[in-house]
Amino acid sequence: MESLVAHDNVLNLKATELRLGLPGIDESEKETASCTKNNKRSLPDQLVEDSGKKGEVDAKHGDHEAAPAAKAQIVGWPPVRSYRKNSFQQKKTESETGFYVKVSMDGAPYLRKIDLKVYKGYSELLKALENMFKLTIGEYSEREGYKGSEYAPAYEDKDGDLMLVGDVPWDMFMSSCKKLRIMKGSEARGLGCGV
Amino acid sequence: MCLFQSMIYYFPEEVLEHVFGFLTSHRDRNAVSLVCRSWYRVERFSRENVFVGNCYAVGPERLISRFPRLRSLTLKGKPHFADFNLVPADWGAFVYPWIQALVNSGVHLDQLRLKRMVVSDESLELLARSFPAFKSLVLVSCEGFTTDGLAAIASNCRSLRELDLQENEVEDQRGQWLSRFPDSCTSLVSLNFACLKGEVNLAALERLVARCRNLRSLRLNHAVPLDALQRILVQAPHLVDLGTGSFVHDPDSETYNKLKNAIQKCTSIRSLSGFLEVASWCLPSVYPLCSSLTSLNLSYAPGIYSNELINLIRHCKKLERLWILDTVGDKGLGVVASTCKDLQELRVFPSDLHGAAYTAVTEEGLVAISAGCPKLNSILYFCQQMTNAALITVAKNCPNFIRFRLCTLNPTIPDAVTQLPLDEGFGAIVQSCKGLKRLSVSGLLTDRVFLYIGMYAEQLEMLSIAFAGESDKGMLYVLNGCKKLKKLEIRDSPFGNVALLEDVGKYETMRSLWMSSCEVTLGACKTLAINMPRLNVEIINENEHIEASPDDRQKVEKMYLYRTLVGRRTDAPDFVWTL
Repeated sequence: MESLVAHDNVLNLKATELRLGLPGIDESEKETASCTKNNKRSLPDQLVEDSGKKGEVDAKHGDHEAAPAAKAQIVGWPPVRSYRKNSFQQKKTESETGFYVKVSMDGAPYLRKIDLKVYKGYSELLKALENMFKLTIGEYSEREGYKGSEYAPAYEDKDGDLMLVGDVPWDMFMSSCKKLRIMKGSEARGLGCGV
Repeated sequence: MCLFQSMIYYFPEEVLEHVFGFLTSHRDRNAVSLVCRSWYRVERFSRENVFVGNCYAVGPERLISRFPRLRSLTLKGKPHFADFNLVPADWGAFVYPWIQALVNSGVHLDQLRLKRMVVSDESLELLARSFPAFKSLVLVSCEGFTTDGLAAIASNCRSLRELDLQENEVEDQRGQWLSRFPDSCTSLVSLNFACLKGEVNLAALERLVARCRNLRSLRLNHAVPLDALQRILVQAPHLVDLGTGSFVHDPDSETYNKLKNAIQKCTSIRSLSGFLEVASWCLPSVYPLCSSLTSLNLSYAPGIYSNELINLIRHCKKLERLWILDTVGDKGLGVVASTCKDLQELRVFPSDLHGAAYTAVTEEGLVAISAGCPKLNSILYFCQQMTNAALITVAKNCPNFIRFRLCTLNPTIPDAVTQLPLDEGFGAIVQSCKGLKRLSVSGLLTDRVFLYIGMYAEQLEMLSIAFAGESDKGMLYVLNGCKKLKKLEIRDSPFGNVALLEDVGKYETMRSLWMSSCEVTLGACKTLAINMPRLNVEIINENEHIEASPDDRQKVEKMYLYRTLVGRRTDAPDFVWTL
C-alpha cells in the first residue's frame, strides 16, 4: 500500500491534467483512483462502465483493457428517461464489484489485478493466484482454512470485513468480493484455522 | 325523423346526464359537449374526470368554472423531450397554482395525476391539508419534492387509497415518511415507492401492509431487503401487482425458504417488477408466479443476462406486457416469441447507453417477435442495427401496431445490409398499420419516409423525429398529410422556415410542436407568433441572454409552441422568451 501512495504522488500532475481520449498510459492512475472501477472506458468523465463482461456471450475477457473508442456524447441520445439513465449508472457501478479485483500479497512491492469472471470456481482461482505469486496455498477445509501452506487467501467484502476465501458459494463470493489479499505467516494462521 | 328530433329536444337533462355517464373517454365527452348548448351544459356539470394534456393550454380557474363537479384532475406539464434533458430545469410546469386554485374553488378533489410537472413539498402539503378525503395521488416523471411532502400526504389523507410514484426524482430527507401513515389508515389499495432512493422504516412498512387488507398493488424500493419482502408477502398474499426491492440472499438460508413458501401462497400476482438489486440465483424463487403473470418488468434489474432471462421467460406463457433490457439478446427474444403468444406490448431498453454492448439486440429479435406474437400492438425497441427487409416483414406480420417506436443506438445508422436509408422499412410500417397512433423513427432517413408517413399514417397523433430528413419537404409531407396529428417533436433535422410557416393554422389543431437544432430562424418564429395569437411560441435560450434586438436571421436553438386559451404564461423563467 505504501508503494502505491508514492506512486500516486508522482502521478499527481497527470491526475489533474485534462484530457479526452483513450486511457492508454493512464491505466495505473485509474487503478489507484478506485478499486471498483473495472473495464475502462475511453472518456474519463464517464460513470457508466462497459458491460462487456456479460456472462456467456462475452468471450473477449482479454479485451477489457482495449475498450472501443467512445462515440461523441449526443445530449439526450439514446432517448432514455434521465431517471432510468441515472438509476442505471448507479446500478452499474454497484453491480461491478467483484469482477476485476486487486490482489495484494503481504510483502510484495505492487498489487496485481485479476478478473474473477474468468474463473469457474475456487480451484481455478487459487491455481491462478498460485501461479501469479509463485507460491502454494493448499487445500481449503471448512474447519481449518488453508492447511499445508503459510499463505491464506482472504478478501474484503462489501461491508469492508476481511473474510476467508472459500466459505460461501462461488457466485456469492464473486458479487461480494471487493479485493483479494494473500496473507502470510502468523496472521494467515489466525484467520485460517480454528486451532 | 321529425319525431326523433323533437324527442331529443325534450329529453330531460337527468337522462342525458345518465347517458353521458357511460362515456369514459374524455374525447367522447369533448365531442358530446360540442353538439349543442344544452348538451354542453349537461356534460360540463356532470364531468368528474378532467384531463388537461398541456397545463399551459388552459388556466385552473377557467377549468374549474367549466367543470365544477371536478373530482379527478390529470395534468401534463413539460414537453416530452424534457425526459431526455432537452428542456432546462426551471422551464415551468409548476403544480402549486393549480392546487391553490382548486383549494380556493371548493371542489372536492379526490384524485390528482401529474406527469412531467414540478411538484413542491408546499404543494403536497397544501393538497394534503385542504383535501382530507383525498384518495389518489399519481406522480409520473415529476420532480421538486422530497419525502417531507410525502409525509404530509401520509399523515393528512386519512382515506388515501393510492400513492403511486413512477420514475420521479425525489430528494430523500430521511424523515421516516412511511411511519407517518396513522394506525387508523387501513384504506391503501396501491402503494408504489420504487423510485425513492433512501431507506424506509421497515417495521412501519410491514405494519402498514398488515393493516391494509385491501392492498393489491405494492412496489418497493431498493432499500427493502428480501427478508422484509418475505414478511410482507406473508401479510399480503392477495397482492395482484408486486414490485420487489432488493432481491439478494443466501439461497441456503431459512429466510430464502420462507420466501419461497410465501410466494407459493401469492396466487393472485399478475404483474411483477422491481428486482432493483438482484442475484441471479434467487430468481427461481419467482418461477411459481410466472405462469399467471400478464405483466413483467425487468428493465431495472441489473446484471441478469440472457440465459437467466430465458429460463424465467420460459415459464411466462400468459405474458401480455414485457419490459426488459437488451441483455435478453436476439436469442432471448426468440424465446419470448415462442413462449408469449399473448404478448401485446414489448419494450426493450438499452443496457449500455454508449451503444457498444455486445449483447444489444438487432433486427433479428424484432422479426422473431413479430412472427411469434400476433397480438403485438405496442413496441419500444432500442437496437444496435436495423434493416428495411426486417421492418417490411414486421409490418406484414403485425398490422395492428398502435404504438411503434424504434430507436437505433446510432441515430443515423443505415440499413445494416444494404446501407440504404430506412425509408422503405418505416414506409411499410405506416402503410400496413392503419391504426398507428404513435411513431418514433430513427436511423438514416431521407424526406421519402415522411412522404410515406404523410400518405399513410392517417390516425397518427404523435410523431418523434431525430436526425432525419433532408429538406423542408419532409416536414411538409407530415403537416399536410397527418390530419390527426396532435404532437410533433423534432430535433437535429434540417427543417426550416418554409415548412414552419406553410400552414400556420395547423398548429391550432395540434397540442404542441417542438423543434430543436433545426433550421428555423427567429424571424420566422416571430412571424408565426404574430399571425397566431392563440399560440404561445416559446424560444428557449439557455446559453446566451436574450439580447435587446437579436438578429432575426439567427437560428433558434429550441422552439416550443402550443395552443392556449390563456395567452403567454406569467411564470416563464429568463431563458424562455414567449414571442
